[in-house]
Amino acid sequence: MPATRKKQSKGNTLRLKFDTSWSYAPAPESRTAASFRARYELFINGEWQQPLSKKYFDTINPATEERLSEIAEAGAADVDRAVRAARTAYDKVWRRMPAKERAKYIYRIARMIQERAREFAIIESLDGGKPIRESRDFDVPTAANHFFYYAGWADKLEYAFPNRGTEPLGVAGQIIPWNFPLLMAAWKIAPALATGNTVVLKPAETTPLTALKLAELLQEADLPPGVVNIVTGAGATGAAIVNHPDIDKIAFTGSTEVGKIIQRAIAGTKKKATLELGGKAANIIFEDAPLDQAVEGVINGIYFNQGHVCCAGSRLYVQESVAKEVIRKLRDRIETLIVGDPLDKNTDIGAINSRQQLETIEKYLSIGKKEGAEMYQSSCPLPGRGYWCRPTIFTNVAQSNRIAQEEIFGPVLAVLTFRTDDEVIEKANNSPYGLSAGVWTDKGSKIFNMTRRMRAGVVWANTFNKFDPSSPFGGYKESGYGREGGLHGLLPYLNLVG
Amino acid sequence: MEKTEIKKSALRIGEDGLEKKSASRRLEVLKTYKIFIGGQFPRTESGRYYVPVNNRGKKLANVCLSSRKDFRDAVAAARAAFPGWSGRAAFNRGQILYRMAEMLEGRKAQFIEELMQQDASRKKAEREVNLSVDRLIYYAGWCDKYQQLFSAVNPVASSHFNFSVPEPTGVVSIIAPQQDSLLGLVSVIAAAITGGNTCVVLASETKPLCSITFAEVLGTSDLPAGVVNMLTGKLTELSPWFVDHMDVNATVFCEADPETQQRMRERSALNLKRICFYDRIDWYSNAGQSPYFIMDLQEIKTTWHPIEEIAGSGSGY
Repeated sequence: MPATRKKQSKGNTLRLKFDTSWSYAPAPESRTAASFRARYELFINGEWQQPLSKKYFDTINPATEERLSEIAEAGAADVDRAVRAARTAYDKVWRRMPAKERAKYIYRIARMIQERAREFAIIESLDGGKPIRESRDFDVPTAANHFFYYAGWADKLEYAFPNRGTEPLGVAGQIIPWNFPLLMAAWKIAPALATGNTVVLKPAETTPLTALKLAELLQEADLPPGVVNIVTGAGATGAAIVNHPDIDKIAFTGSTEVGKIIQRAIAGTKKKATLELGGKAANIIFEDAPLDQAVEGVINGIYFNQGHVCCAGSRLYVQESVAKEVIRKLRDRIETLIVGDPLDKNTDIGAINSRQQLETIEKYLSIGKKEGAEMYQSSCPLPGRGYWCRPTIFTNVAQSNRIAQEEIFGPVLAVLTFRTDDEVIEKANNSPYGLSAGVWTDKGSKIFNMTRRMRAGVVWANTFNKFDPSSPFGGYKESGYGREGGLHGLLPYLNLVG
Repeated sequence: MEKTEIKKSALRIGEDGLEKKSASRRLEVLKTYKIFIGGQFPRTESGRYYVPVNNRGKKLANVCLSSRKDFRDAVAAARAAFPGWSGRAAFNRGQILYRMAEMLEGRKAQFIEELMQQDASRKKAEREVNLSVDRLIYYAGWCDKYQQLFSAVNPVASSHFNFSVPEPTGVVSIIAPQQDSLLGLVSVIAAAITGGNTCVVLASETKPLCSITFAEVLGTSDLPAGVVNMLTGKLTELSPWFVDHMDVNATVFCEADPETQQRMRERSALNLKRICFYDRIDWYSNAGQSPYFIMDLQEIKTTWHPIEEIAGSGSGY
C-alpha cells in the first residue's frame, strides 16, 4: 500500500492518504516462459485432427485485443467423431483397465501440470484476462491438486457409498466456462476419469488455450487415445454435444439460462446431468464482525477474478449500525486496487474477458443508476486498448432492484443494509439462486445459526472464495444441482448398484 | 349423490371382496373422504368428486376430485411447515415416524378392509399393511443416522474447518405409485419427511381410499400440520401443476410413462426443481427402502470457517 503518511483521526480508525508520490514499478511476467501454437486443430482420439467443418475462429487477448491463436471449430460431424472415439476408448480400454492403473495416469497428469505450472499460468492470463497472480497462485495449483485428489479415489470407489457398488456412466459430455478455464477443465475431467468414464470436453470459445495445452500434456502423459477428447467451438458445438445420442452424461458449468436449455434438451432421454450455474451471493456483515477483515473478505469476494465468479459475493448486506463505516472502508480499499495488464504482477483486477461481457456489465451499470442506486467507482487509470472495468460499488440499493437480483458477472458490488437477523436471512434467501453466501460475525453461536439458515450450497463464515479439491461445491435452487469436489463429487459420474 | 347405493361394511368383508350382509339392520355411517391440507380435512375447493370403482364394479366412495387451487393451497401449507419440520431435532422426527407406525399398526383391520374393497385378497392386504408399518419403522430409524453416513469433514489444505452435511431440499410434490393404495404411498412419503422435507402427495387415482385413512393416521401422530398434505384426483389433470409450481423444490413421479417423464423434465427447467423417477421400484422388496431415497431429496451444504494459526497449530481439522 503506497501510503507514506497516516493521519491519526480522533477516533481509533486510521485515515489513509492516497496522494503520495510512490507508485508501483511495472513487474511484468515474461511471455517467453510460455509457448503456444498459431493454430490448433481438434484433439480427438489422441491426435490433432482437422475439423471436418473446415472452420476456424480466433482467440484474442482481452487486455490488448491482439489475436493469440486460430482455433478449430467443431461441427456436429466432428463432435460425432469425438464421441465415437470416447465410446471406443471406454469399451475397449478405460473400463477394462484396473482402477489402480487408471489412478496412475491421473496422478501423472497432476504432476505434469505442476512441472509446467508457470507456462499454464501465463497462457491462462493471456487468453482470459485474469491477473497472473491469480492464475499462478490459485488457478493452476488448484487444478493440479484436483487431479491429484481424484486420482486417489479411482481404486477406492467400493468404500464411497455404503451398501452400494458403483459403475461408471460411460461417455461424459462436458461444457465449461471462460472464467476459470483450466480449473474448470480439471473439475470436470478428474472425477470423470477417476470413476472410469471417458470424456468429450468443450472449453469456452473465448478461452480455449489452456485446455488445448492440457491436450498436449495428455499426449505426453500417454493417456490412451480417446479417453479425453477436446472439441473447441461455441454454442453450436455445445448443442451438438448435448444432443448427441451416444452421450451418457452432461456436465455443464455456465449461465442459468443455458442450464435450463440443457435441462429441456435432454428431457425424454436417458442422459444424466449436473449443472453448476449462476449465483448472486449474499455477503453479510454483522455489527460484531471484525470489520477490517470483513471488508477485505468482501473485496476479495467481488473483485477476485474481475467478479467473473459464479459464487461471487455480489450483494453485501451490512448491518445499519456499521454501514457508514464499512462503506467508507470499502471505498478506501477499492481506491488501492490496480486495474491493469494481467501479466503485471502488481495487477489486482485484470481485463474483462470479452467485449460482450463488458457490454453486459456496462448495461447493468446504467440500469443501476436508472433504478436510483448511487454508483461509486475508483479513480484508477485504465490501459488504452482492451476491455476494462473499474471496481464499482452501488449503495442505496433496494432488494427488488435488478442490480440486486440479476447476476452481473463483473466487478460490481450492490450494498444493502439491514437491522435484524430475521430480516437479513429473508433478504439473503430472497433470490432464485442459491450457490454461495458469506457471514461475518465474531459471535460463535451466531455463525452456525446463520450458515444453517442460508439456502446455499457453499457458505463461507468469516472468510470467502475458498476452494479445495476435497470440498464439495455446488448450488441450491436455480444455481444448479450436483456437487464437484470431495466424496460427493464422485456421485455425478457413477451409477449406484446393488 | 347416491349415498344409499354405496354400501360400506363396517363389520365383515367376505373373501370375494363383497361385504357380508349383517344380521342386524343398523345403518352404517359412511365416511366422507375429504383431502388433507395443513393438518385439516377440507373438501376440494372445486366441489367436484369422482367415484372410483373396484374390479367387480362396486363403487368405492365419492372421492374429492382435487383442483389446481387445492394443490396451490397445499404447497403454501407445506412451505409454511418446512422451517418447523426441518428445524426439529432429527431424533424427534424419528419419534414421530415411529408413532406413525404405532398408529398404523393400531388400525390394521381398517386398512385391510379398505385394501380388500380395492381388490386385494386378505393375504395380500395383510402383507401390504404389515410392510407399510415396518417401512415406517425402518425410516424412523434413519432419521438421525443418514447424516452420519453422508456427511464429511473435508481435509482442506488451508487452515479452515470445513464440513459438508445434507439438508432437506424443501417442499416436494409427490405423485404416489398408482398401482398401490398404501405401501408405495407410505414409502415415498416416509423417505421425503425423514429427510426433513415437507410434501404434497397425489394418491392413486383408482385406489385412493387408504391415502385418506393414512392421513388420519398422520393427524394423530404428532406430525405437525402441513408436513404431509394429501390430495385425491386425476393424475393427468394435476401432474402438470405438480411439476410447474415455482415454490416446489423437487418432484417425485413413479409411473413408467415416457411421455409424462419427458414433459416433467422439460417443465422442471422452469425453476430447476429436482426430479426423481421411481418407475421400476418393487416396493414390496428390500429395494423399496434405502437411505438413498432419503438422499435423493437432500442438498449438500459445505461450510468453511478459518482456524487461526496460533500456538503452533497447523492447518486443517
